[in-house]
Order: sequence, then C-alpha cells, then structure tokens
Amino acid sequence: MESAVLALEDGTVFAGRSLGAPAERSGEVVFNTALTGYQEVFTDPSYSGQIVVLTNPQIGNYGTNQADNESGRPYIEGLAVREFSRVASNWRSDTDANLFLGRRGIPIISGLDTRALVRHLRSRGVMRGVLSSIESDARKLVEKARNIPRMEGLDLASRVSTPERYEWTKAVDACSPSEPIAAPPAPKFHVVAYDYGIKLNILRRLCQTGCRVTVVPSLTSAADVLSLNPDGVFLSNGPGDPEPLHAQIGNIRKLIGRKPIFGICLGHQLLGLALGGKTYKLKFGHRGANHPVRNELTRRVEITSHNHGFAVDPESLNLNEIEITHVNLNDGTLEGFRHRQHPVFCVQYHPEAAPGPHDSHYLFGDFVNLMERAGPGGRPVRER
Amino acid sequence: MPRRNDLHRILIPGSGPIVIGQACEFDYSGTQATKALRADGYEVVLVNSNPATIMTDPDLADKTYVEPLTLPYLKEIIRRERPDALLSTVGGQTGLNLSVELAEAGVLEEFGVELIGAKIDAIKKAEDRLLFKDAMRKIGLETPQSQLVNSIKAGLEFAGRIGCPVILRPSFTLGGTGGGIAYNQEELAEILERGLALSPVHEVLIEESVLGWKEFELEVMRDLADNCIIVCSIENFDPMGVHTGDSITVAPAQTLTDREYQMMRDAAIRCLREIGVDTGGSNVQFAINPRDGRMVIIEMNPRVSRSSALASKATGFPIAKIAAKLAVGYRLDEIRNDITRKTPACFEPTIDYVVAKIPKWAFEKFPGADPVLGTQMKSVGEVMAIGRTFKEALWKGMRSLETGRAFGSEKYDKALIPQKLITPTPDRLNYIRFAMANGYGVRDIQELTAIDPWFLEQIKEVVDFEAELAGQVGQASWPARMDAPPAGGLPNAVVVGQAFGPATTPSGVVSQGEARPAQAGPPSQGSVSMNFGGPQADEGRPGGPHWEDLFRRAKRYGISDVQLAKAWRTDEISVRTRRKELGVSAVFSRVDTCAAEFESFTPYLYSCYESACEADPGDRPKVVILGSGPNRIGQGIEFDYCCCHASFALRELGVESIMVNCNPETVSTDYDTSDRLYFEPLTLENVLNICDVEKPDGVIVQFGGQTPLNLALPLKRLGIPIIGTDPSNIDLAEDRKLFGKLLDELAIPCPANRTATSVEEACDAARSIGYPVLVRPSYVLGGRAMAIAYDEETIRQYMREAVTFSQDRPVLIDRFLEDATEVDVDALADGDDVLIAGIMEHIEEAGVHSGDSSCVLPPQSLPEAAIRTIEDYTVRLAKALNVIGLMNVQYAIQNGVVYVLEVNPRASRTVPYVGKATGAPLPKIAVGLMRGRKLKDYVHLTGGLSSGTLRAPQQFVKSPVFPFNKFPGVDPALGPEMRSTGEVMGVGINFGEAFLKAQIGAGSPLPDKGAVFISVNDRQKPEAVEVARRFAALGFGLTATRGTASALRAAGLSCKMVFKVNEGRPNVVDLLKGGSIQLAVYTTTGAPAFQDEKAIRRSAVTSRVPCITTLSGARAAADAVASRRRDPIRVWSLQEIHAVRQTAV
Repeated sequence: MESAVLALEDGTVFAGRSLGAPAERSGEVVFNTALTGYQEVFTDPSYSGQIVVLTNPQIGNYGTNQADNESGRPYIEGLAVREFSRVASNWRSDTDANLFLGRRGIPIISGLDTRALVRHLRSRGVMRGVLSSIESDARKLVEKARNIPRMEGLDLASRVSTPERYEWTKAVDACSPSEPIAAPPAPKFHVVAYDYGIKLNILRRLCQTGCRVTVVPSLTSAADVLSLNPDGVFLSNGPGDPEPLHAQIGNIRKLIGRKPIFGICLGHQLLGLALGGKTYKLKFGHRGANHPVRNELTRRVEITSHNHGFAVDPESLNLNEIEITHVNLNDGTLEGFRHRQHPVFCVQYHPEAAPGPHDSHYLFGDFVNLMERAGPGGRPVRER
Repeated sequence: MPRRNDLHRILIPGSGPIVIGQACEFDYSGTQATKALRADGYEVVLVNSNPATIMTDPDLADKTYVEPLTLPYLKEIIRRERPDALLSTVGGQTGLNLSVELAEAGVLEEFGVELIGAKIDAIKKAEDRLLFKDAMRKIGLETPQSQLVNSIKAGLEFAGRIGCPVILRPSFTLGGTGGGIAYNQEELAEILERGLALSPVHEVLIEESVLGWKEFELEVMRDLADNCIIVCSIENFDPMGVHTGDSITVAPAQTLTDREYQMMRDAAIRCLREIGVDTGGSNVQFAINPRDGRMVIIEMNPRVSRSSALASKATGFPIAKIAAKLAVGYRLDEIRNDITRKTPACFEPTIDYVVAKIPKWAFEKFPGADPVLGTQMKSVGEVMAIGRTFKEALWKGMRSLETGRAFGSEKYDKALIPQKLITPTPDRLNYIRFAMANGYGVRDIQELTAIDPWFLEQIKEVVDFEAELAGQVGQASWPARMDAPPAGGLPNAVVVGQAFGPATTPSGVVSQGEARPAQAGPPSQGSVSMNFGGPQADEGRPGGPHWEDLFRRAKRYGISDVQLAKAWRTDEISVRTRRKELGVSAVFSRVDTCAAEFESFTPYLYSCYESACEADPGDRPKVVILGSGPNRIGQGIEFDYCCCHASFALRELGVESIMVNCNPETVSTDYDTSDRLYFEPLTLENVLNICDVEKPDGVIVQFGGQTPLNLALPLKRLGIPIIGTDPSNIDLAEDRKLFGKLLDELAIPCPANRTATSVEEACDAARSIGYPVLVRPSYVLGGRAMAIAYDEETIRQYMREAVTFSQDRPVLIDRFLEDATEVDVDALADGDDVLIAGIMEHIEEAGVHSGDSSCVLPPQSLPEAAIRTIEDYTVRLAKALNVIGLMNVQYAIQNGVVYVLEVNPRASRTVPYVGKATGAPLPKIAVGLMRGRKLKDYVHLTGGLSSGTLRAPQQFVKSPVFPFNKFPGVDPALGPEMRSTGEVMGVGINFGEAFLKAQIGAGSPLPDKGAVFISVNDRQKPEAVEVARRFAALGFGLTATRGTASALRAAGLSCKMVFKVNEGRPNVVDLLKGGSIQLAVYTTTGAPAFQDEKAIRRSAVTSRVPCITTLSGARAAADAVASRRRDPIRVWSLQEIHAVRQTAV
C-alpha cells in the first residue's frame, strides 16, 4: 500500500495511505462537516485551491454518479479522510469515488486522524498545506507549503469561470421514482448568470423556478450583460478572496439599480464590496450542511449549506441603504442582506444546497418574484 | 415565542413496567423532561407504576405517584392535583395511549387540562394506520399497499389480491406485538387470529411486503414556529423484515447520497407537518428499494421513542429534554446546545464517528420460543458502541453484549450457513462472519441476506484481518519471541512542529496516520517511520514496527485484547502489556454534536486508537461507577437506578462522578447524569483504559449487577482501587465451599448442598441431599439455567443439555425447600452498624425465582420470631463479610426454620422498590458508606435509625411483568429461572389494595365477577377449598377439574366440572377461549410440566385471563378482589407517604 503525507505550513505532518492519483497538490487546508454529499464537494468549483478534510470518517461508500456533479470535473486540490471505502454501494453509482478523483489527478490521503487535524485547524485557523504521495520527505513538503500563495488576495474566480457564454435550460431531475419534483414551468424570465465558479444546482434551481439562463464569463462587462436584455442578473458562488476581483465588483456596481440581482456566496461578498462594504477572512470558515441561519424577516430558522472562508463585515455596510436579512445563529456572522431601494438581495450560504438541506429553496422563488415585480426586461423598480 | 407563563403544573405519565419494546429509554425521556421543566420553574406531577425508575424518585418531581397507569387512577390523580397540562410524548406508547384515553373519556376537559406535546388529532393521525396512509397520500408520499381488516376472511381476500408474503400489524399494540410475516395463506390465518385477539380494537393491517428493502429512520424535531431539524439519521444493517428494535442499526446513514438523504429529510418534515406534531420529537421510518431507489414511508411515532434515545446518545443532542421545552412554548433557536454552550439547539448535529446499536435477546430463557426475527420485537435490551469507523463500532458493540462467549467458541455448522443467512435470528451476524471465513463472498452473502454490500464489505475486511492475525502465530510465537521494541524508544510519539523551523508554534501536534506521523528525521532517512498496513520491511522482526502496525490495525478495527490473545494463544494481560509497550494505547474522543467544529464543554467520551486524547481528566477526587450494560432478564433498570444514584450521591459529596456504561436506553448514559461519561463496553480492557487515563480514587462495582462484579477481582489484582465491600468477600459469598464454611461458623442454616463437576457427581450429590433438588451453574444472575429436579433422570438431562460446567465453575446442587416462604432482605452496612432496609415477603412459594415472585413490604404472615431470626442473621452475615454498602440476602422459611439461600454483597434488584417503600435513599447512603461515612451520619435520611429495620408506612406490593405474549408456544409457568422483564409497585392501606394495584399495573387486572377455574393437586386441596370459598363469597362462580370439583363439592361449594385437556371436550381450554372463565388458579404438580398444564396456561395468556399458579397467589388475588369491592379508588404521592420522615429531618 502506498503512503501519502499531508504537510501543513506550521510544520504539522500527517501520514496516511495514498489513494486517488499518485500526485502532489497544494492548497489551503479546510474542513467540511457535512455527513452526505462528498461528490458535490469534490465538484464544487468554490473548492479550487483547497485541500478538503471531510469530518465524516467514512467516505466513498456510495460511489459517484453523473447526475450529482456540481460542475464538469472535481475541483478540490486534494482530499483527506479517515477511511475510504473499498466498495461503492448505491443503485445510482456509476464510478467509484477513488477512480473519480484519481483519473482527474487528485490525490487522496486516508487513514489519518481527521479529528485531530480538524481540531488543529479550528484552533490555529486554516492554513496552507501540501498533500503528496510522491514526496515522502516531510520537511520538504512543509517548506513547499510555506511557499504557496496565501488565499488572501487570490483571484481564483477568473480561473474557474467559463471561457465562453452558454445557455442553460435543464431543470432538476428526480433522484428516485419517489422524489416529488414538479415539472418546471415554461421559462418566463431570462437570467444572466455571472460564472465565478457556479454550481450546476444553482442553474438547475433557476430553471426549476421558471428561468432561462445565460451563463457568462466572470469578466463580462456590465454593458454586455445589459445588451443581453436579461430580466435579472445572478452572481454566483466561487473560490478565493473576493477583494481582488475589482473588475467584477465594478461591473456589479454598474448593474445595481438597473436589473434585479441575486447573489450567492462569492456573489454575496462581491455585492457587499460593490455596495461599499468590507470582507474579511474567517479563522476556519464555514463548510458544512448544518448551520442554523435565521431569516430576520420571517424569524424562521433554516438549516443551511455553507462553503465560505470569507465573510462580509456587517459593520462595514451602510444600514440606511442595506437591510440585514439573514444571520448565522452559531457565530452571529452575516448571512444575507437586501438593498433598501434597489431590487438586490443575496445570501452567503447555499440555498441551492447540493449538498445540504433544502430549507432555503424559497430564495429562488424570491428572485423570480423580484423579476416579476420589476416587469419585462427587468426594468428597475424602487422597493418601498 | 418564549416560555408559556399560563402553565404552572404539568402532569407527565411514564411508560410503566419494562416490557419488550418499552424499556429504560422512557425513564430516560421522562427524567429528562421532568428535570428540564422543573429547571424552568414548572411544577411536575409524575405518574408511573414502575418503582425501579429514576423518574419516580421523590426528589425528581414535585409530586410522584407510583400508581397504575389506567384511566381511573389517572383521573383520581388529576382530580387531586389539578395540573394545567399533560405532556403526552415522553411516556412511550403507554403514555400516549393513556393521554388519548383521558382525552376521549372527557377527563382532560372536565378538569381543564391541556394536552401538550402531541395533540389528540395528531396522535390519531399517526397511530391509526388508515388515517396515516391517507395523510401520506395527500402529501405525495408512498406507503406500502395495505388494508385494515377486522376478520380472517377479509384478510385472506386482500392477501389473495396482492400476493404473499404480506406483513401483519395489529393496531395499537406495542413493539409490533402480535404481528408477523405470512408467506402463505395458512400462516396468514394463524397470525391474523392472534393479531386480532391482541389488538385492543380487533384490527390488523395487512401490508405489501417490502422485505429486503433498505430501512432508515430519521429523528425529527419541530417547534411551534415550524422550525424543523433532523437530529440523526439511522440506517438499519438488517433490511426490512426485521423489527427495527431487533435490527443492528447504524448512525449516521452510510449508503445514501446527499440527494437521496435530502429527499428523505424533506419527506420526514412534510410528514410531521401533515400529521400535525406541533412540538417535540418524532421518529419517521422509511424503506428504500435498493434496485431503483423507490422510497416508501413505513410509520411515524409522534413522540420520543427508543430510537430517539439512541439518537440522543449517538449525537449528544438531548431530544426528550428539548422536546419538553418545545412543549411549553420555547423555540429551537431559544434553547442552547449544552455541549458547545455557544451555539443554539436549532441545528442538525453532525458526527465524526460511527455508532452501532446491537440488540440483545434472551431466547435461552424461553425454551420453545421461535428465535426467528420478524416484525414483532423480541430483544430485551441493546448496546451501543461508538467507533471512528463502522468496523470499530460493530466490533466494540459485539464485545459490549456480554454473551459470555468469545466468537469462535461456539459450534457453527457449514451446512447451516444458507439457512442461517436467509432466516434472520440472533445468530445471523456470527454466521456472516463464519460464512466469510469459509469462503463466502460479499455478493453471495448479500444475495442470501439482502444486507447492503457496504456493510458486508466492512465485516469482510475485519474477517480477512482476523485470518491474517491468526497467521502471525506461526512466524513469531507469542509472546516469548516478541523482541523488545527497537532501541531509542518507540517511533510513534513524534512531535512534529518545531523541527521544521522557527516559524511554527512550540507545541506541535502529535499525529498518527494509519500507522503514525511522518518523523522529522535527518534528510537521508526521510520518512523512515511510515508504515501502512500489511507486513512490510519489518516482517520477520517480531516486536518491531510490523507488530506495532498489526496492533494498531487490530485496535482500529475494534478487535479486543481478548480476541488477540486467543489468536496468539496467550492471555489478555500479556497482550495489553506488549501493546502498550509498543505505544498502542487507547485515547478518548468527545461526542460533541458538531464534528469538532466548536469546542465541547461536556466530557462525553468514547475510546479509539487515534492520535489525540481529549479526555482532559480533572484533578478533583473522583470515583468511577461501573454500570450494568445491556438490559437482560435479571439485570435491568434497577441497577441503572442504583448507578445513577451513586453518581448523584458522589456529586453531593464533592467527588467527581465518572460513569461507564454501554446501554443507550438508560439515564446513566445521559451526559447530564454524571460529571463525566465514558460510553464504553464493560470489559476489563475498556475499564482499564479508562482507569489509565482517569486514575480514579475509587471504582464502584456493587451497583451494576453481575457485570461489574465479574470485573471486581481482576481489577483489584491489577491494582485498581475498588471501594465498598472487598472483592474477595464478594467472591466468598459466590463461592459455595467458602460460603458454606462461613455459614457453619456462624451456625446459620442453609439447605443441604453440594457441588458437582460431572454427571455422576451430580447424581450422587442429589441422592445424598434427597430430592427435590435445585440445580444451577455458579456465577449467574436471574436464575439463568436454574431448575428443580424431582428425579435422577432430570438431573442427567440437565447436566447433559442445560449447562456447561468445569472445575472452576461447578454446578451447584441444593436441597429444594418445598412450600417454603421466601424472604428477600436488603440491608446497608458500614463495618460497625447494619441497617435493614426491608424484609420482603414473597407471595409465591419458594421455587419461583425471587425476581418473578410478587412480594410485599412490610411482611404479612411472618411470625415475629422468624423476623427476629432474619434480622439477627442479616446483621451477622453483613459483619462477617465486612459489607460496606449494600447487601441482599434471600431466606426461605420452612416449618418455622429460617434458611439462608444466598447472600449478595451488592445492590439488588429490589433496592429501588425498598427505597420507594421506606423513603430512604439506599444507594445514596451506600455511596457515603463506601466513601468512609457511617450510618450514624445518615440518620436524617432513615428516620433516625442507624441499625434495626426501616419501617414501610403503608403496604407496598411489587409484582413482575412477563413477556409471554411475545413468545407463542412458550410455557408461562413460573419456576426458578427468572423470566420477567419488569416490575410494578402497588401502594395501599391494606394488602389487598396494594396487590390489586400491582396486578392492574402489571397489566393482568383481576376480574371483579365471573367464574374462577380451579385445579390443584391432592395435597393442596384443603387449601384450595378455602380459596374457593372466598371467591364464592365474593360472588364468583366456580369451575374445576374433576378431582378438585369433588373436593369443593364435598366442602359444600357449588361448582361446575370441566374436562382436562386430555380427557375430552369441551375442556378447560375451550372454556378459556370461549370467555366463560375470568380467572384461572392452576398449580403445577411440581414435576416437569405436562402438555395439558402448558396448554391451559398458554390459552390463558392468549385469552388474557389472569392465570395464578400458586395458592398463595390465589389468596392474594381474593384479597385484591375484596379490596376492589370495598375500597374507593385512592392514590398517594410518595412525598405525602414519606412526609413524616421528611419533616422529621
């Protein structure tokens, strides 16, 4: 059995078995606490630049399947798990998870004490690391970890964005004959979605709520977006630090007040920056599928899916202009806001779930309602 | 929506006696709810007929009623207490049914009591199968095709349409009682007849079979603001067809993708909303077709359940406690998560370990019972184990079961493999291992069992490893050729950190991979120390890293030192010593609800073989309490009661309490009960691991029944400080020879006895003692394998078939004292003084196991002289054995002579009952004595007594509850082998009243009119006449078999004669079935049961006719019926019964 090493920039080294690709990859080491949905995590472009530690100790059990991909390929840099299953057992599985990552060149380290690693990251904060199954000299790996770029200041969104504009029309498919998924309504709204690393389930959910989507590269100008005459603009999730994305922020600023806008995750952070707010890096981020978020408008609590290392500082926002709509009950961080005058709203977490609970699907309906109120062509309306 | 201030006093009904399907989990939920509500300033009135519960402790609720859980008694309690609300959801099915009954009888309305938790409509929608089906259809959820039937004809018709097999589920019965799977029409008719009879509404649901589908459960909570969370997902190892209570279950679910899991989550929440469970926890069960993912909803329970107790223990999320708070208006986001302290309870726990629950069965107690597992629950207890992987959890769980047999020591038959895999029985898991070891592949086994291949693959990995382990014996004989570890210390304790340069923080992290962390050595060496599974470079160097790796892999698979010792032909302690020398030691991780995302402030721990220990032991004085493990017949909730009290008492003494147990149902495994909780198997290895880390000042072994006692001597030998009675004295009392010598010295008589280690020796012994004799193995609890032999043939058969024996563990043979009165005594001793807590007179004669006999406090018919003698013997025995803490003695009185039957220097099954009857907190005092206090220090709790005998201020009767309705075909006759699962207590001013209440509480209410059937042997006829006369005087008709009838007629009583079963028809069984007998008094002849007697007792069970098998029992029944005629329905709270003592303090 081959061995693998995960070396962190602070000199901590974990050894384990090598699975996946025999390779060496580096990135920010982060942990995700979701119990289900490893395939969605692998393929979420927001994880690019990151080595992911899964706290669920048993990974690979149900294999992988085409339908559950969140993008065209896995984006994680590497995977660290306590135990990787030798078999894939599920009626939908077509490829075992080891092969799924391995053939894309992604290394897996298994058999390490993931709980100790998570506690380490929780107390020291996320940090850079190298996962290698080709280099066994731990000192060299630690050195390498110290020399990779930090996540702060990194524009990864441009790297993972689509190079070309494309149309998306596929809604959600049922995963079982028993899953009650209604036929999507005929598309009534045209949405232009900025791809900063967009997850497919966002696109599926938009279609499911009656939208036709044009996905555009992250650096598409506001003018080009407007020339597509959309009813609304969507700002996607994506990897990396929002702050260096000046061009994207500039384009968003130009769209505010012109079209109804809905942002998720990185999209939320970019809106915050476009509206004059500031973002900051969380010590160890939010990655999981169990965070309670309270909708301040309804006082209802949603169990939500998260994947972010940065957050918008609510103190930095002009509350005369912006209304806070969602708050994380675990740590009080900002999870969503809307503009008091313009049809603009966003959430930090993932209402499209995948993986995670479906409690927040309603936000896609809210977006449609916003476009409905705005009228044809998304003519800006003043809210209240 | 904060706390409701319009409610002040809340009534909580408990779940009554422990029965199959309803056990300690409802003591846990009731206790949690009561504590939570009182902490919030509500007054709690608690009712439960089960005295062995923590919830019925007078300290816990404001008012505690140990009264029958029936409408008339509840109405009287409500009339007296006038509660504002009734919490219906924490008392199991019993509490829920009772709530419905109270609502439907108009009692709640009459007294203005609001039902909180689940409303009546929601309960009905969830419980009524037809309404449930309609509700699910409405929200687009499939249920298996089904139909409710009220007759056999209708059932056969429906099954003919959908085809067999079909599942049968009687309405409103517990734990699937009376249900089953019918593979053909004949079987269908048989199960249907039984099911219709057992269903209180004579209704059975016939359902499409989803046998072999994957089974899942979700634990859901909902608050008044419609916030919903899933606390835990559970996947059954055994597919559909085996009751979930009889299935091995695993948390979290292992084989569902996020899409499938979320589909189920959505469905569960929709189900709760549609059923209308406004607040609290519910359990929703699903089945998924493994071929195409079709999902059906099986059922939902609108209350906390056995699974919610498991989910609470598995995640650290206290469902019942939160449910109680939600019921009084709180929202989930207004309640804090106790474990993280910072985050709210409104979240979904996530875990970074795997939990396995394994049921424990007791078929050996019920000869003739069919051990096939089906839709009716048959297990009597369960264990839970936590491991970092499923493999580790499962192997730890198997070890927790205390089967008393190492795997591999049993005989397995290759020819039986297919049958044993296809038909689920308690053996199935072991047969899977056996089949794998014999070349069966995962796919073969999956075909035969329908168990998911993922689970099977996990087992296969360990089975393959076990073979590898056994292979190691040849190449390095153990332990002689195991060389010392390599010079320079063991390589696993590598601190990585500073070694790499100045930028890092000084305290690096020690980490281990499959083997251990990379070592920061000189560059040329690279990662020398890495080693991952499988013999590698170091093979052939026994004792080196290869062995360390082997050890670590074994431990990470959950394999015990005992199993390693067996594979390597050495002993457990040698393995342990070498293992620790190699640096492979257990560490402890925390159950923290959040997979380490947040800091945990609650030391709820499990062992594993990872790199970091989170035990973080304190430095206060501390004592470890060893719990009693899985419930089984003879060792159940009573011992958990004692352990919990020990814990509370330690806290009061300022000593840190550390609980060790592996039973997820119990109060003791609530993280709130003790200062620290170790959820671990009660084996020497695991207890030593805990002692290594905690270094306790004392370990208490006398509260957990036989389980910790078996560990007492080995622990003591290894230097662990056992407090209380010395283990050698505990052993002395168990050792026939030594104990006999002690009794001789004390001049205390006991029945003549001998021991035997061979068939011939046993026959000789019995002959010299004289028949009848009582035979039993040594070191058992609950009369396991105990029998009364009237002749040599029985002895031979017993020695051949019933027991295993050895030089160490001989068979014990005692003279059986016929027609003697049995007496149980519980006492406290401190080395100087002995305080007798209770002298309990058994209602059944000697020969019926003490746990199966009703008994009464204070004694009713014992002569004053006998009581004096018993007191004298008890004091002298306690002193001779130097008992510190609790002691139980069993006596028999025959012809005025008091004999000692046995002495147990430990807490007994009757401690909670005696405590409730006398008002004295016995375990609490016992713990004080173990910590060096004296009885004189506790006179404020004992009514001023530090010696003598405590007084019971009223009449208290304890009665057993039996599971015979779950085991068709089993003879319900009572004997020396204990078979009851639980007990109730009746409280009265007179004996009849107390006995009546105990019988009602036990679910065998005595009739107040009708006919009594009497059949006794000749010797008992004069007594039978007296009993018959009393029933006749109470207006009962008499029916008797020929001999008894002529005796009754000769005494001037009018009496119907009826045939015996073998004489012709209509016979007594026909009358029982036909409903023309309301009470049967049928004594055994003493000799092995005849088919005739068995048939009568069985049909009494199925026809729900109380069947009394002793004349003393019949006399008590007559007293009870007289009380029912004479006494009004009246109830007393424990607080008022013992008010005098409390105010005297």
